[in-house]
Amino acid sequence: MLRIDGLTASVAGRRILDGLDLEAGAGEIHAIMGPNGAGKSTLSHVLTGREGYEVTGRVTLDGADLLALAPEERAAAGVFLAFQYPVEIPGVGNMYFLRTAVNAVRRARGLDELDAMGFLAEAKAHMARLDIDPAFLSRSVNAGFSGGEKKRNEILQMSMLEPRLAILDETDSGLDIDALRVVADGIERMRGPERTMLVITHYPRLLELVRPDRVHVLQGGRIARSGDHRLAHELEAEGYKPAVASA
Amino acid sequence: MSDVIDGLVDREYAYGFHTDLDTDIAPKGLTEDVVRLISAKKQEPEWLLDWRLGAFRHFLTLDEPAWPNVTYPPIDYQDMHYWAAPKPKGPAPQSLDEVDPEVRAMFDKLGISLAEQERLSGVAVDAIVDSVSVATTFKERLAEAGVIFCSFSEAVREHPDLVRKYLGSVVGPRDNFFAALNSAVFSDGSFCFVPAGVTCPMELSTYFRMNAAETGQFERTLIVAEEGASVSYLEGCTAPMRDENQLHAAVVELVALDDAAIKYSTVQNWYPGDAEGKGGIYNFVTKRGRAGARAKISWTQVETGSAITWKYPSVILQGDGSVGEFYSVAVTANHQQADTGTKMIHIGRDTTSTIVSKGISAGRAQNTYRGLVKMLRSATGARNHTQCDSLLIGSECGAHTFPYVEVRNDTAEVEHEASTTRVNEDQLFYCRQRGLTEEDATSMIVNGFCREVFDELPMEFAVEAQALLRVSLEGSVG
Repeated sequence: MLRIDGLTASVAGRRILDGLDLEAGAGEIHAIMGPNGAGKSTLSHVLTGREGYEVTGRVTLDGADLLALAPEERAAAGVFLAFQYPVEIPGVGNMYFLRTAVNAVRRARGLDELDAMGFLAEAKAHMARLDIDPAFLSRSVNAGFSGGEKKRNEILQMSMLEPRLAILDETDSGLDIDALRVVADGIERMRGPERTMLVITHYPRLLELVRPDRVHVLQGGRIARSGDHRLAHELEAEGYKPAVASA
Repeated sequence: MSDVIDGLVDREYAYGFHTDLDTDIAPKGLTEDVVRLISAKKQEPEWLLDWRLGAFRHFLTLDEPAWPNVTYPPIDYQDMHYWAAPKPKGPAPQSLDEVDPEVRAMFDKLGISLAEQERLSGVAVDAIVDSVSVATTFKERLAEAGVIFCSFSEAVREHPDLVRKYLGSVVGPRDNFFAALNSAVFSDGSFCFVPAGVTCPMELSTYFRMNAAETGQFERTLIVAEEGASVSYLEGCTAPMRDENQLHAAVVELVALDDAAIKYSTVQNWYPGDAEGKGGIYNFVTKRGRAGARAKISWTQVETGSAITWKYPSVILQGDGSVGEFYSVAVTANHQQADTGTKMIHIGRDTTSTIVSKGISAGRAQNTYRGLVKMLRSATGARNHTQCDSLLIGSECGAHTFPYVEVRNDTAEVEHEASTTRVNEDQLFYCRQRGLTEEDATSMIVNGFCREVFDELPMEFAVEAQALLRVSLEGSVG
């Protein structure tokens, strides 16, 4: 399970996260909502170890101190971030990238590496479920992908990497309704007792397809309010201000 | 990225050992006597001595080129040896079993087991140490196909008419300062002749090794593909680590007659010098091919070594419909400097050329692309496409691009695309979030950048090139 205590993060002296506390148990999906600039993406960066932030506080995943680890060590410990803006890597095949990632994580967990055939079979099964064209694998990582393809690629990577903690940073933004369904389906399929998921989103429409166990409102750098899935609908009706005012 | 890239620290050069071979070496200095000595050592015919002397006398009238975008202290051409050869222990070897075991052990250490090559890999190898060819594999099987593949010295002895016909026909003995020097003192090299209509049944390869100290290496390669013939040729180079700079001034001539195809691939990994820029090879090389009608000449190079690289593998597109290609990856790290590119000279109608250049700079290195595309008045319908990309790693290195375009025919088309990018923090973080170490991530991103060029390399070289790239950039992160 994920436990965050008194997390602060600053960039060039400006405080973005300001004493954030959060607990999310194994098997749970938590939605993080909040207005622009509330620190949602910063939270995802700080949890995954992106450089450029001064960080204090404590974050543990199954008791292990995440903040002490390098990004790749956190990945090995089971932290996965579905990027808001997946990065293009020209000339690097999607399949090669994905297999390298899967095997890096497997190695770190003491598992045998997947050979090319074993990997391909597994990747194809996942892709069929995510409605992804097999030609996808031979293209360069995210290069020339549409917005929807990039997001599906993130979900594919998540399914293959089987993380303990999955953070989805506005994975629903820029998706049409069909793509949204596929992505929501992919997330729903990952729900399980071995996994904690944080779904960061602006919009409640994803939360109609993926029902969260808890909804948190991030505002002013901390959790301003928490509730069950009905909170998302309240926010849609009333906006963020009343939700915070009544906290 | 600031603590990611703090400039380059030591890079490991895996080939820096020196083998104690008993070496026959000429006294230092460059004189007409030395030219005569080399020719005599090789028992050359009169015409070749005259050819050398003509080149030497012309060389004396030339100045070292000052235009490349590189800096180095003046070279004292009198302060090096122009002839060094491992002393033969008895008569010349008739088979690999008779090659000096120490020479064989040296090649084993380089990962080029001559015997293994012969048995397993199906690549014919000509191995050259300092000035002389020590072994050529697979000769019999090639001979069955009519292909001649041997050391240059042997070609002079066994096939003098062919050598005389083509030697200097593409890069003349007065071509430029370094080519004239090479023509005067060249010691050995490889010769390949593929007769009309024959597709060479295997990859040919020359492996160059500089071993002796304070010695220049001047080899000469001549490849002739007659009408409709085709051949793929690989070249690899390494040298020991030494504190002083060593000069390598080679000449490669390719002759592709009508409908012939020559593919020439180089993985150049001469010793680049240490992290402070001390030592390393000066690689001043002239490479050029001449293409007949519908012939194709393709240069692919991966340049990771040498303190200074100065080379422009070029194609003279003489015949109508001929094709020239240049695919290049040039990596410079630490204090390395490279001024490299190509020349595509379009003479025939409907000739086409493609240039893909990928320059990678790390540390304090300077990487220059210099390319000439020339469309003569006769080159109706000629086309060129140039793509020139630079990748910077760190903030103290430089990338420079000097494209020269001369068009004298209104129907000719020339396209030039150029880009300069950095390995960016977003890409590195994305890879690391997926579990890759910083070094693996950098290597993957750089390999991706070079993909179009690596795709042109023969399989076994592509793997070597990727490994080499990784080693070259080791320490450029973290």
